[in-house]
This record gives sequence, structure tokens and C-alpha cells, in this order.
Amino acid sequence: MQWAQPAAAVALPPEPADPPLRPAVHQAGQRPRLARQGLSDRALAWLFVGPTIVLLLAFNIFPLLWTIWLSFTNFRANRPNAAVEWLGLSNYRRVLNNEAIWETMRTTAHFLCTSIALQLVLGFGLALLLNRRFRTHSFWSTAILLPMMLAPAVVGTFWKYFFEPQYGIFNAIARFFGASGNFTMLGDTRLSPWAIVLVDTWMWTPYVMLLLLAGLRSIPQYLYEAAEVDRASEWIKFTRITLPMVMPFILLALLFRAIENFKMFDLVDNLTNGGPGSVTELASIHLKREAFEKWRTGYSSALAIVLFVAIYGMSLVTVRFLDKVKQR
Amino acid sequence: MKTVPHSPLEPSSLSKWLAGSAVVTYALISLIPLAWIFMTSFRTPEDAIAYPPKVIAQPSLVGYVNLFTTRSRVGAAELAALPPPATWYEGLVRQQQMILAGPSRFPDRYRNSLLVGFGSTLLSVVLGTLAAYAFSRFRVPGKDDWLFFILSTRMMPPIAVAIPIYLMFRQLGLNDTHLGLILLYTVVNLSLAVWLLKGFMDEIPREYEEAAMVDGYTRWQAFLKVVLPQAATGIATTAIFCLIFSWNEYAFALLLTSGTAQTAPPFIPTIIGEGGLDWPAMAAGTTLFLLPVLVFTVLLRKHLLRGVTFGAIRK
Repeated sequence: MQWAQPAAAVALPPEPADPPLRPAVHQAGQRPRLARQGLSDRALAWLFVGPTIVLLLAFNIFPLLWTIWLSFTNFRANRPNAAVEWLGLSNYRRVLNNEAIWETMRTTAHFLCTSIALQLVLGFGLALLLNRRFRTHSFWSTAILLPMMLAPAVVGTFWKYFFEPQYGIFNAIARFFGASGNFTMLGDTRLSPWAIVLVDTWMWTPYVMLLLLAGLRSIPQYLYEAAEVDRASEWIKFTRITLPMVMPFILLALLFRAIENFKMFDLVDNLTNGGPGSVTELASIHLKREAFEKWRTGYSSALAIVLFVAIYGMSLVTVRFLDKVKQR
Repeated sequence: MKTVPHSPLEPSSLSKWLAGSAVVTYALISLIPLAWIFMTSFRTPEDAIAYPPKVIAQPSLVGYVNLFTTRSRVGAAELAALPPPATWYEGLVRQQQMILAGPSRFPDRYRNSLLVGFGSTLLSVVLGTLAAYAFSRFRVPGKDDWLFFILSTRMMPPIAVAIPIYLMFRQLGLNDTHLGLILLYTVVNLSLAVWLLKGFMDEIPREYEEAAMVDGYTRWQAFLKVVLPQAATGIATTAIFCLIFSWNEYAFALLLTSGTAQTAPPFIPTIIGEGGLDWPAMAAGTTLFLLPVLVFTVLLRKHLLRGVTFGAIRK
């Protein structure tokens, strides 16, 4: 590759009739393009993309195929030398007929719906307020964004301290606002599902706000100017212009959050570890217990595949959406 | 009342003021946990469990000392018989009726986090830049399918692929090694790196490289000398996002490491257990762990939106 440049430079002088205004074009025409470039674009393309694809195949697709295979067997990772039996679909039958699994699915659904609904309401509210562009609005929006960049595992750990019934700051603040008694947020079967919703909302409302603020800022001003000419009320402007224009962003935020919360593991693992009992045992926490505490590898592989199919369905929809938002 | 002529679309100053105070209120409330954990890191264990919680407490470095040391409890008589403490931190240990036993594992875990974070970031940014350039400039057969495939790998729940990766790493001897984690995080970050960088590359006009190639550069030279400098901001942004992800990752680190290669996230929750409820030590570890991320978030603020939506929304 290195010889190409000087060779091209040497090739410059010979022709006397060279029009002085177009030397570069002339030079390009003089030598075949491929020879000057060393490698063809096509070879270069595969060289550039190759390593990425190979790594993804090795660490994503191969493990996925392995999980599928394991899901049809009775393999146990803590007994690698035991004979492996082919079980057909029986692991799947056991997963789908297991009441405990459906219970974790209900817990996951409850967590997903309540936390995302709260985040949408709060995030949209904040985005509408920030869009008024008061002085220092960019400083405060950065301040609000901080929680979403933190490690969820560490967030779960320090919220455990805030939720301590006696000396935790959560109860101190609740008492300050007139609540009586102590809330044992992490020990009460009715309260702890709300504890994880609260922490998740604290962490991810900024995310929804960020997306919806971008949505609000993408609305062309002339729509509002036209509405102003028509003397439309604020309510009409909101329901006929703001809401429909922001809707793709709302749906995008919803899907991103749904996928992330469906996968959610680190925050809840540290905050409640699925307890008390199993009231906050999300699907991913249940999967970890089956796979890495009870070592039922084959059975938990089947569960993993069921979860994967559900998330993959959601992500298919998301990608279609990304395309749509991009086209605007 | 002043009648300042202003565009009907410009919010009135009253409504701006109201919006501003509502936002500031939310921001201050949402920052209480961070401020509180920072304050707790400078408290004594007794002050950290005071009832009602103290807003102002005598500052102390006990949390940090406990974070970096291991200690053992001794009787009062034995403690009195010891020679006076040689260092200030030994003094703080003695105050808790304990003697210094040695350094803790926290610095090692922190170093592991740095090593794994920077290693995987470097790899995924290099590979991601090459792939993104190819997807942006060349006609790759089935380009959209490849891009979708790359994105979809990000959607997999870590726990779902953790089982075979655990088995695979056991076979290859990669369990609890830095290399294993670096490779794994590289792969997880690649999808983000490719998507983000492709967006940044698409914004660089093709004419720049074409001009360079007409002037005699090879494609590779044009890529190195023309495209890379133009993409510097995008590459830096992507690198920070990859770094933050690797820094924060918990599930794989928990399942695939236990000793030598364990990073800080699975370690920090275990601090609380050592020697009773040592909240200040946990808070100290948390503070040291979160600070870099907070700094990077502020640096990244202009590009956050792009990063968290995989480059779909560019503002």
C-alpha cells in the first residue's frame, strides 16, 4: 500500500498538453483506480467489518445456540460429568406450566407498567417545563440527568441504606411531610414492590425527560404560529400539535424503557434480592436463582429462551420505530 | 404592568419563573440521595445510624479508612497495652476498639474496574470505528440486516446468555480473568459503538476523502488522515459511553468473576457486611466509584441523548 503514493506522484509530469486547471482529474484518469488503492473497497469493507462480526458470532450467537441446545437437555453445570439426556420439549412444558414462573411474570409486568407510567408522566412534565427555556435551564437539566448514568447495582445498595426503617433518610423525609409511623419499605410484602418502582423511577425519569425534550424541540415553530393565527386555545395546541408530534418519541422512550426494565437485574438484585419472600422476584432474578443457585441449567436455559423471545419481539418493534423516527 | 411587545410564542416571564422553580425543586429532591451518600462517607458509623438522621455531623475519615483497611477487634486491656498508633489512620482504627490487620481488597477491585473498562473500551472503539466506516462508506451486501443483527445482540438479557458463557469460559480457562471480562464487555459495547460511530461517520462529507484519494492517498490513508481526525469528537463520545457501560456492568462480573478479576460493582455491596453495618465505608466506596461517572456525564451532556438512543436521535 505504501508504494502507491509516490508512484502516483511520479506519474504526474509526462504529458505536455496537460491542461493546468485539471491536473488531479487527469491523474486519476491516467492510472487504473484499483491499482492505486492497494486493496479493493470490497476487500477493505470485509476486513473492517469482519472482526466485529466474528466477535459477535462467538460471544452472542454461539452462546445463544448453546442455550437452545441446553434447553432440550437435563444438563447441570455443577455436575459436568453426569450423562446428558435429551428431554425434548419437556423443559419448556415445565416452564410454561409452572405457577411460580407466571407469578414472576406478573411481578415483572407490575413493575414494568407502574414504573414506566410514572416515568412517562414525570418525564413529560419535566420536559414541558424545561422547554420553557428559563434561565439556567441547561444547567438544571444536566443536574437532573445524573442518576441515570450511575451503576444500578450501586444505586440499589445505597438505597437500601435510605430505606432503613429507623435511621434511613426516606422515613425521615416522610415524617417531615407528616407521615406517621415507619415504613419498612424493604421488609413489607405490600411496600417492597413499590420500593423498586420508586428507585427505578428516580433513576430513569431523566431518561424519558431527555427523549421527550428532544421531541418537543423537534416541533417546528410555524405550527404554533399558525395555531396562534387561528386563535387556538392552549389545550387545543397541546392536544392537536404537541402531543401528536411528540408521540413517536413517547413510544420510543416507552419501548427502550420496557426492554431495559424487562432485563432489569442489577438494581433489584441488590435492593431486595427478590424478597421479602418472592414478592419482588422479577423474571431475571428468578432465572439467576434457577441457573446459578439451584444449577438447573437445562430448565433455566428453557426459561432464558422464553424471556429472550419476549424481549426480541419488543426490540423488533423498537427497531422499526427507530427507522421511523430517523426518517422524520 | 409592563407591556413589553414580545412574540406570542415566547413564554411569559411569570410562566418561565414558575417552570424554573418546579424544575429546580425536582432537581434538588432528586439530588438528595447523591448528596446524602457523599455526606455519609464522611461520618462515623455511629452518626450514620443516628435516629433521627443527623443533617450536620462531625466530619470523619473513618469511612475511608475502613474502606481501605481490614481490622480485627481486640479487648480494652489489650488495646491499652499497645504502643501509641504510628499513623493517623491507625489512630482512627483504634478509636473503634480495633487494630489494623492489613489493606482491604477495594483498591484491587477498583484497579480491575479501570483495567477492564479501559481495555474493553479501546478494543470496542477500534473495532467499532472500522466497522462503522465500512457500513457508512462501502456497499456491504445485506448492510441493513447486519446492522440490525448488531443492534439486536444488545437486546439480549445478560442473564440469558450468562449460562453458556459461563460454561464456555470454564472450558477456555477465562473464568475470573481480566481477558475474559474485557472480551465480553467489548462484545456488548460493539453494538453501541458501531451504531453511534456510523451516525458520526455519516455526518462527515464523503467529498473530503474523495478529494484526498484524487490527490493520491489510498483509501486506508484517507481513512487515517482525513476521516479519523474529523470523527474525533464522535470517537471520544463513543469511548466515554463504552467506558461508563463497562464501569457500571454488574451481572456478568458477578457471575463470571469471584477473586482476581472481580470489578468494583459486585464488590461494593459486600462492604456493608464486613464487621457489622459499616455504612460509611460503603458510602466511601460508592463515592469514589460514582465520581468519575458524574464528571464524565457533565462532559458528555451535549451528546447524552445521542448515546442513550443508539444514535437514533441527534438533536
